[in-house]
Amino acid sequence: MEFWVIQTFNGVSYGALLFLLAGGLSIIFGMMRIVNMTHGSYYLLGGYVGLTAIWRTGSFPLAILLGALAIAAIGLGEYNAFLKRLSGQELGQVLTTMGFALIFQDLGLVLWGGDPYTIPVPAVLSGSYQFGELFFPIYRVFIVVVAAAVAVILWLVLERTRIGAMIRATVDDAEMARGVGINVSSISMAVFALGAFLAAVGGVVAGGFVGVYPGADFEILPYAFVVVIVGGMGSLKGALIGSLMVGLLDNFGKALFPELSYFTLFAPMAAILAIRPTGLFGRA
Amino acid sequence: MPPRSRLIGLGALLLLLVISPPFLSSYLLTLLTQALIYGILAMSLDLLLGYTGLPSLGHAAYLGVGAYSVGVLTTRYGAGFWFTLAVGVLVAMVVAAVFGLVALRATGVYFLMITLALGMVIWGLAHRWVSMTQGDNGISRIPRPDLGLPWSLANPLPFYYFALGGFLLALWILWVIVQSPFGQSLVGIRESESRMRTLGYDVWLHKYIGFVIAGTIGGLAGVLWAYYNGFVSPADVELATSVEALLMVALGGRATLLGPAVGAAAIVFLKNLVSVYTHRWLLILGAVYIGTIVYAPEGIAGAVSELQSKRGGRAGRPQAKAEA
Repeated sequence: MEFWVIQTFNGVSYGALLFLLAGGLSIIFGMMRIVNMTHGSYYLLGGYVGLTAIWRTGSFPLAILLGALAIAAIGLGEYNAFLKRLSGQELGQVLTTMGFALIFQDLGLVLWGGDPYTIPVPAVLSGSYQFGELFFPIYRVFIVVVAAAVAVILWLVLERTRIGAMIRATVDDAEMARGVGINVSSISMAVFALGAFLAAVGGVVAGGFVGVYPGADFEILPYAFVVVIVGGMGSLKGALIGSLMVGLLDNFGKALFPELSYFTLFAPMAAILAIRPTGLFGRA
Repeated sequence: MPPRSRLIGLGALLLLLVISPPFLSSYLLTLLTQALIYGILAMSLDLLLGYTGLPSLGHAAYLGVGAYSVGVLTTRYGAGFWFTLAVGVLVAMVVAAVFGLVALRATGVYFLMITLALGMVIWGLAHRWVSMTQGDNGISRIPRPDLGLPWSLANPLPFYYFALGGFLLALWILWVIVQSPFGQSLVGIRESESRMRTLGYDVWLHKYIGFVIAGTIGGLAGVLWAYYNGFVSPADVELATSVEALLMVALGGRATLLGPAVGAAAIVFLKNLVSVYTHRWLLILGAVYIGTIVYAPEGIAGAVSELQSKRGGRAGRPQAKAEA
């Protein structure tokens, strides 16, 4: 019993972290069909910038904000200078974003070295809640709260605002959206920057419990892709449910079948695809 | 059929590959061997990416499956070359046959992501299935094959010719395939799937067979790689290797077979030579990725044929057209 509760909690909190990456990624996929190999780098660089920010200022909220803003600017630059003109060219996108991912990987090594770091978390967020025999680290609860808040805000923006309606229209049919006078290219830019922003938030937050280290970028990238595949491109609901599923599957897989843990993650994904090739909530 | 100048160029290249090695330093020889093996991988991916228009982001999986088969069979069971070769290639074929069923349900961006995820399954097994793969330590001390020849394949030169044999075999098989009506149909599918379907072709089956062939030949590259390196680890199967294979194809020129092999050689030499001079080779490799797409979207082969047509020579690379 204890095992199941704790593992479920761990799975949900990892899923929450994944949602920060995959939420933006999914909307980017849905709108621009860009396979962005740099998304994991945004996560890692965000963590690094947050680390430097907290060393300099000592403020955790400021670390999140600075990390996220810096990476949003980098993402915007990459999109504007390179990716915009590659629309529809999948191979070009993959190779260009991979090039950036390698450059950012090296940049991380040059600027922050090869050692793993942990971002110091504020005292309020350290320690654990205790329920009977069970301990729940406050920091993991915090991550779930952050992800839930981001999900609610994104949902409100997408469903209740004019900009949200424009984004949904662009996801459904970009050509038509452009036809009725929506400025698709500015909206795409904004969404791309938002995706980078959220990935960096994820990176800083993750720095507090899994740490910031070389290789974290390519470690988390496939997970974010799997979430998008399972949930369906362009669907926020899909990203949310996909994140929870992947978080739980990964955690239980690692706990129950350590040798086959990736298999237990990817086999259900293959099964879902066999039934619904566009993911649970995706439209073709 | 390709123009005669192209055949002459091809012949000259092959002749060079056959006669120059005894005069090369052993360092260059090992790089050239490595280039041949990666050339096989890149050519097999070209069948998918270049000819069929399917950008697979998980092609390292087949290299890995072939290589790990060699690692396990030789170090644990002391299996001989022919048996190991057969098993390695067969396992890669089976994996491709299973993956193809899943991956080919999707197209476009979805295909990219699904092949990526499937590739990660193999990486995950290599990384985690410690009792079989020895995890991150990898399998080391894989012996060079003994074919009962008078020359020991432990030496660089005989092994080079051994790898060259594998390369030529793969090139010949792929060449026959892309020239065949089947290969032409793949190109037709790349150009217009709906038209091919309307014409009564079983599009799915064509893609599926192409997918399995590409994976199988990727497995051959893996078998040679394990024997060459004497070592196989999860790094051989990681995502970066799959993307690198895509780069080789794009850099060399899609749908040209030899182009991707040249691309493979360029990347192998670049990686090894640059890392001698600087630690910043990731930076340089990243720049090569971006530069390829910005400056040479049609790759080396594309640049060469553009040069030829500017000179007023025989224009263009052979553009295979769907035969309706």
